[in-house]
Amino acid sequence: MNVLYILLIIPILSLLGVLVAKKDRAIKILSLAGSILQLLAATGITVYYVCLRGDVGSSASMLFESSFDWFAPLNIAFSIGVDGISLIMILLTALVVIAGILVSWKIEKQTKEFFFLIILLSLSAYGFFISTNLFVLFFFLELAVVPKYLLIGIWGSGKKEYSAMKLALMLMFGSALVFLGISGLYYMAGEYGGHATWNIQELAKISLPVHVQEILYVILFTGFGVFTAMFPFHTWAPDGHSSAPTAASMFLAGISMKLGGYGILRVATYLLPAGAQNLSWIFIILASVAIMYGAFATLMQKDLKYMNAYSSVSHCGFIILGVAMLTKAAFTGAVMQMVSHGVMTALFFASIGMIYDRTHTREVDKLGGILKQTPFIGTAFIIAGLCSLGLPGFSGFVSEMTIFVGSWERTGLFYRIATILATASIVVTAVYILRAIGFAIWGSIKNKEYLLLKDATWSERGAAILLIAAIIIIGVAPFLVTILIDADTSNIYRQFLLNNI
Amino acid sequence: METVLLFRFEIISAVLILALITASLFKLDRNVKSFISAMNIILFITFLTGLIPMTEGDYFSGFFSTDRLVVLEKNILNLGVLLISLASYKWIAKSAERIEFYILMLSSVLGVYLMLSAGNILMLYLGMEMSSLPIAAMANLNLNDRRSSEAGTKFILSLAFSSGVMLFGISLLYGAVGDLSFQNLMENLYPDPLTIFSFVLILSGFVFKMSAVPFHLWTADVYEGSPVPVTSFLSVISKGSVVFVLMTVLYTVFGKLQTEWLYSITILSVLSMTVGNLFALRQKNAKRFFAFSSIAQVGFVLVGITGASAVSVSTIVYFILIYLLSNIMAFGVIGAIEDKIGSESLEKYKGLYKSNPLLALMMAIALFSLAGVPPLAGFFGKLFLLAAGFKSGIYILLSFAAANLVLSLYNYLRIVKFMFIDETDAPVEKISPGTSLKIVLYVCLAGLIVLSFSGPFFSFIHSLSL
Repeated sequence: MNVLYILLIIPILSLLGVLVAKKDRAIKILSLAGSILQLLAATGITVYYVCLRGDVGSSASMLFESSFDWFAPLNIAFSIGVDGISLIMILLTALVVIAGILVSWKIEKQTKEFFFLIILLSLSAYGFFISTNLFVLFFFLELAVVPKYLLIGIWGSGKKEYSAMKLALMLMFGSALVFLGISGLYYMAGEYGGHATWNIQELAKISLPVHVQEILYVILFTGFGVFTAMFPFHTWAPDGHSSAPTAASMFLAGISMKLGGYGILRVATYLLPAGAQNLSWIFIILASVAIMYGAFATLMQKDLKYMNAYSSVSHCGFIILGVAMLTKAAFTGAVMQMVSHGVMTALFFASIGMIYDRTHTREVDKLGGILKQTPFIGTAFIIAGLCSLGLPGFSGFVSEMTIFVGSWERTGLFYRIATILATASIVVTAVYILRAIGFAIWGSIKNKEYLLLKDATWSERGAAILLIAAIIIIGVAPFLVTILIDADTSNIYRQFLLNNI
Repeated sequence: METVLLFRFEIISAVLILALITASLFKLDRNVKSFISAMNIILFITFLTGLIPMTEGDYFSGFFSTDRLVVLEKNILNLGVLLISLASYKWIAKSAERIEFYILMLSSVLGVYLMLSAGNILMLYLGMEMSSLPIAAMANLNLNDRRSSEAGTKFILSLAFSSGVMLFGISLLYGAVGDLSFQNLMENLYPDPLTIFSFVLILSGFVFKMSAVPFHLWTADVYEGSPVPVTSFLSVISKGSVVFVLMTVLYTVFGKLQTEWLYSITILSVLSMTVGNLFALRQKNAKRFFAFSSIAQVGFVLVGITGASAVSVSTIVYFILIYLLSNIMAFGVIGAIEDKIGSESLEKYKGLYKSNPLLALMMAIALFSLAGVPPLAGFFGKLFLLAAGFKSGIYILLSFAAANLVLSLYNYLRIVKFMFIDETDAPVEKISPGTSLKIVLYVCLAGLIVLSFSGPFFSFIHSLSL
């Protein structure tokens, strides 16, 4: 049996367990146990993968491949396999899910449904990252849309109905584009490559005419881009993130947005190199706009969650920029940024959630002195902030640095301007992060009620420590990530060399 | 023996109709419970006989022809009739016109069988009339409700008109070719103006019956006025059978006119999806909502029809099965709620999940399946239709279909929002759905989940449609 099935079986079993369980406490313990088991399994598979890579060498682009027919007349097979990029995303997902479950420990409203949906979301992410058949990949991408709607709609706060609907519709728009793109690939492969297929590996070997590639590239990149909150399709992100309950925000920003990033790299760019070569300038412009716009929009926000949501738009702009720059270092940087942003933003939302649970406000003006009364939460927030502004020693620094180095490799005035703009945004990031930390976390206690605040509980501490550890490990030893993904980014980059571009 | 097997459905329903007429003379339905149970058992047996494998055959010089795909289609509709009968247990038990309901429904079903097996346009026309006329009477079965009579009248008047148009088309076709059997038409049809004109008239008859835009205007009123079982019969059996027939007629009889019909179908499809979804946006009545939703769903089916390949055929059969399960599930819930509070207003669904978690969940699953949300089978049905339609290469149609995926999601999520998110002081009281309704809901649920993982079944349909 393929070891990757474990990654699907554990969440499915926890889903069934949550369905059957009677007591709230049992449900929570079950979800936590399932997610910890999943992290262990993911780590085990990664170690196994690294060992195999060492023995076999990097000849095959994917390992643990297996496939069985699902809908044979349409050539849809349930094929799975992983490479380093998928593995690092799976590890990220497992980490964020544990943290999300720990943070939601105190939830009391419809506990069963809440944890069911959270685990369903995680299942969709695992499935998405291991599938090598575009239809299956799309299946898992779509699987996550409605749970997000329900999570925000039922457990959210503020104008939750509006945000939930907006998010669901915009993501559905993205997935409709993705579906058009992948079925286009399917039929065009039949027309120009001999046999119609959804399989990523086989599609990579087929070289489509340039005009077809260009159209499909734009459709697919935009479709996945909606999931990454690419400008101008980013508007679901601020509303959605800020209305969602803490765990859902962590999941949305930490993992969901990465599904899009993974898609633009693995599907749009890898399968359509000529299209990417000719038209990536469109997305470089959009990414640069998103980076600057997101940063300046964050400056204007007063609500901590809105701040982090807009800064996510800016940070995800880096991912898009890295992918669109089409150099090996930039690809590596984009993947690292996905991981780094995933962990960092999850920590951010977790600490904002903890603050909100205690003070019932997220307004920067009303907060103050959080660090004095609840030192643990304050520290977690500060670490997330410092990582976000790219302080050396944290994961944000290495990933953003790699992207800048990679995009500087692209010569030409246009690319240089885009790179310089992106670099300049870091200054703005520093302004809003330090301001938020200064006003909300440091400073004097403005509200006397805050003197009674209690610091983080054991579950909140566990979640934060887990995420902080990941941030520091990546920041101090980035080679751990690069070793894992190096062969695969080369593999994607080779597509461009093969096509004489 | 083989003849009997070929005609099994027709024979069963004809005998059953006669038996019911006799039974009504002696008022054999006095014991309501055993009467309805007996009917359900017979319908179940009919469904089971459909599973017996058999060969193909032509009878009455080609007027009646059947093959394994047709049997499968008939049996899918049999399953629908059985589920509708089970789901409407409470309504049938209350109604004084039980026997009439079954007689009318079975006559309509007999018409559907004949229509699906037609090998000649005349037979097709007769079958279609036979399947539609009883529905007008069924729509009127709530005898004391004025809306019900209005629905019946509206249906029969529009029906008469559309049949007239279709018949005119058939006469022109006869004038052009001199024969009406599918076989001869297939060989002797050429795209000259007269044939195209007659094709347009015939097509409009079909389009009317499956209520695609611009021939949809009767739909919402008739759906709203009819009793819930009749509405679900209209939206599932009547619509599904016409889709099956339209598909065969377009692919075989009008196969040589493909370039012509491709564009008519494209326009119809774009209009149906868009108008259906846009009008569904503001509906306040559950039945009216489902009327427009079914119009939009037909638009999606037409996308699949444009593909014109074996994959299209198998996808459409697969999709209609899924559509049938989802719609019957939704109408089961609507019926249960209407039975309790006497209203179909969507406003009343607010907070349904708190008071009736089972019904709300089932309704949500039906809606998600209709919207095409995985892991429910509707997701595969809808996307396979799109993928099949890709083959025609009409990209405008596909862009519209993709945009309508978003619109329809909004429509269906709106009801989910009512049930799960909105809070109200006075939700619908606790409803205890009867055993038979529960069976229907669970069967549909199982079907919607199993069908999405049933690749072999899809391959089986594909092998039949080659």
